[in-house]
Amino acid sequence: MQTLLGTLVNGIALGMAYALIAVGYSMVFGIIRLINFAHGAMYAFGAYMVYFFVSLKVGLLPSIIISILLSGILALLIDKVALEPLRKKKSLPIATLITTVGMSFIIQNFLSIEYIFTSEKKGFPSLNLFDSITIGNVTIQSSQLLMFAVALVLLGVLSLIVYKTKIGLAMRATEQNMKAANLMGINVNFVISFTFFIGGATAAIAAALISGYYQVISPTMGSLIGLKAFSAAVVGGIGILYGSVVGGLVVGVAECLAAQYLGSNVRDPMAFVILIIILIIKPTGLFGKKGISKV
Amino acid sequence: MSRISETIKTKGLLFTVERFFDRYKWVIAIVFGILAVSVPFLGLSRSMMRLLVMIGLYSMLGMGLNILVGYTGQVSLGHAGFYAIGAYVCALLQVDAGVNFWVALIAGGIFSGLVGLLLGLPTLRLSGTYLSIVTLGFGEVVQMILKQWDSVTYGNYGVRNIPKPELFGFTFNQQNGGFYIIILVLTTLTAIGCYLLRNSKTGRAFVAIKEDELAATMMGIKTSRYKILAFVLSAFVTGIAGGFYSVINNGYIEPTNFTFNISILIMSVVIVGGLGTIRGMFFGSAILMLFPEVFRFLNEWRFVIYGLLLVLMMRFRPQGALGWQSTLPYRLTKETKKLLENSKAAADTNDMK
Amino acid sequence: MDFLKVKNITMQFGGLFAVQDVDFYVNRGEIVSLIGPNGAGKTTIFNMLTGVYQITSGTMEFEGQKLEGKTPQEIVELGISRTFQNLRLFQKMRVIENVLVGTHIRTKYNFFDGLFRTKAFREEEAKNTYKAIEILKSIGLENYMNSYVESLPYGEQRKVEIARAIATDAKLLLLDEPAAGMNPSESEDLLRFIKSLKDKGFTILMIEHDMNVVMNISDRIYVLDHGKMIAHGLPDEIANDKRVIEAYLGGERKHAKNRKS
Repeated sequence: MQTLLGTLVNGIALGMAYALIAVGYSMVFGIIRLINFAHGAMYAFGAYMVYFFVSLKVGLLPSIIISILLSGILALLIDKVALEPLRKKKSLPIATLITTVGMSFIIQNFLSIEYIFTSEKKGFPSLNLFDSITIGNVTIQSSQLLMFAVALVLLGVLSLIVYKTKIGLAMRATEQNMKAANLMGINVNFVISFTFFIGGATAAIAAALISGYYQVISPTMGSLIGLKAFSAAVVGGIGILYGSVVGGLVVGVAECLAAQYLGSNVRDPMAFVILIIILIIKPTGLFGKKGISKV
Repeated sequence: MSRISETIKTKGLLFTVERFFDRYKWVIAIVFGILAVSVPFLGLSRSMMRLLVMIGLYSMLGMGLNILVGYTGQVSLGHAGFYAIGAYVCALLQVDAGVNFWVALIAGGIFSGLVGLLLGLPTLRLSGTYLSIVTLGFGEVVQMILKQWDSVTYGNYGVRNIPKPELFGFTFNQQNGGFYIIILVLTTLTAIGCYLLRNSKTGRAFVAIKEDELAATMMGIKTSRYKILAFVLSAFVTGIAGGFYSVINNGYIEPTNFTFNISILIMSVVIVGGLGTIRGMFFGSAILMLFPEVFRFLNEWRFVIYGLLLVLMMRFRPQGALGWQSTLPYRLTKETKKLLENSKAAADTNDMK
Repeated sequence: MDFLKVKNITMQFGGLFAVQDVDFYVNRGEIVSLIGPNGAGKTTIFNMLTGVYQITSGTMEFEGQKLEGKTPQEIVELGISRTFQNLRLFQKMRVIENVLVGTHIRTKYNFFDGLFRTKAFREEEAKNTYKAIEILKSIGLENYMNSYVESLPYGEQRKVEIARAIATDAKLLLLDEPAAGMNPSESEDLLRFIKSLKDKGFTILMIEHDMNVVMNISDRIYVLDHGKMIAHGLPDEIANDKRVIEAYLGGERKHAKNRKS
């Protein structure tokens, strides 16, 4: 039986992991106003890439770096090959949504094919690089500390990119008004592809960290966690970086508390319950801003 | 014959096929209708009959979702939730309260419709993307409730020993074609209902909301009311389909029958078949039910191909296979034609004076 | 009873006054034009009248009924209908269906009537369809009846919007730049059509930039600039009003004067 504090610790660690994935959703949504359902599949892809290269006897850290690059490229390809043509055609949003769902099916099912990786769970190298720390009767594993630390650093780096660099400025401009940004000479398609790349890369980092904690991966690992992370992004305020962090923490903590005190069946839908409540009370999320639409 | 080849040359094969279907659509419908009615007498194999029942079931599910997405433009990624509610209410009423199937079926639909009302109300302000996420969450929450509330729903174990429908001593089952007959009647009624709805002020209001909600408001349409109506109707039809499903699945249902993948499957039927059309629902259902059979030889690659199918459809045929706009003139009712004739006659008499 | 009477209306967005202390009135059967440079607030006034925006302050009365605080649907019911500067038709519906949507608000049959095709449905649906076709005939669009709006040329689409507004049985029509994008012969046609509407008993409040149309059919003209009413009167008066000329040309006359001396 876990103590309240222990549950909170787990919740915070989990929350930071959600935040990492949420950030990818948030940035992509902010820029093209559409949910990328394939994001969860890229998360799974990232985990499997690490597994693959580790099994080829490439070291853990190099494998993770390769995985980050490959996931970023995959995300970029998804945009270029599947989504950009739809943008050009001015397709209905539902068409893009279904396309990303289709993409996620392709990736997930590809991973579970018999002679690729099979649909069975696979062991993932542990990221418990140091001994766990025990404070009182709460044990914090080193992989959890790693999740927290890396997530924090990464989110800091992303904030820096978005708010202090030229490309970040281009991203923010495109987010506000794509047409105007285009007219100002910003290569909008490049900005979008770049955003997708970052999304894929962050998903891979999150995948490495979370898999290092649970030490198990499966082809469908991305779907549920992807949806939860998306809920976290919306709860915090879609398109807003620090919103993803807060949203992730809220969902992570709530989920662990619910699982502890209400039973395991309540764990998974918890993210959605919070999401529905927030969307009804404040549709733009905790930190989201409202826009005025002109007739 | 030469006119057809002319048209193919100048306007393309697809255009010609579409115009052909438009022109002969009632003939085609009657032919299919006759085929459909004669199925129980054709001595088809059991698996073939089973397939036809599933095609019928998913056509109905497609038509239900189509009311919300195809007509009114509101996205739902959680329709498995309504499907589950209809199924569970119907099953539990039969198993726990001894209610007969026909009453339980309607009750399942009504209950599902009420939940549609509850979901529609708070989501009025939400548009597109946000609505799709909330409906997705709804689907997940329904699954959670089914698993958690085991005192009522039997939790993960599911509802077992669901009896087969009976009427005047006749038991409907798979072997005697009974299931097929029921779903045939249900889909026919639903198709007729959707057609009548679409060609009335309600249907026009739905499509107006989809096309331009603000303009619809400015023309005096109470858009909130109609959006909720769309939710309720969609949920009702889906719930009835659920009730039917509860008796054809070897007598049991469990929460894992109603996952997010099912919601996506229903959405795929609508999108692949032809968003906004009734014929598209039948076609889409046929494609998606036949798909695992036809591509069985591909084994696990089937689902990769399924994903690819969705991506390619959206890229090259986003309106769906049968989703083109009809080129026939707007159908005027008898009464309208009479009014037009009368006024023409009056105008002619005046001219003569 | 006054037809449309608007007093001291103001529309404030945050710190910005889009419309400030505007007064105007429209008598039954008149054609009144609202002109002014782009961004003056003309469409904003339409949005205020039709309930799209809730006004910050002031009063608007139509046939003795208050308009402030009412929903757009309630205002349509009272008899005010509009067209849009940027065309808001139901593109993927047929022309006849668009006009039928206009009849929605006056249609009494309910959802169940539609589903069971009752006598009430059949009679009213026929009546409405007949009315829609007659409206299309009067505006010269009957050949386009079965076409999808998105396939129509721009000028014809603008006419469909007017037809749709008429179908609501409105007493007061708010036309937002009806002649936009029309060539001279098309705007002549439009001019005649709007005059015919007046003969049929409609009252019209129109935003327009085409001075030929404005000067030829308006009974009275109001001029708006930067959210304030700067002139009001008969077409001749407005054509020679210094303030109006300045507003449109941006004070160039002043500069010209200074240069001379």
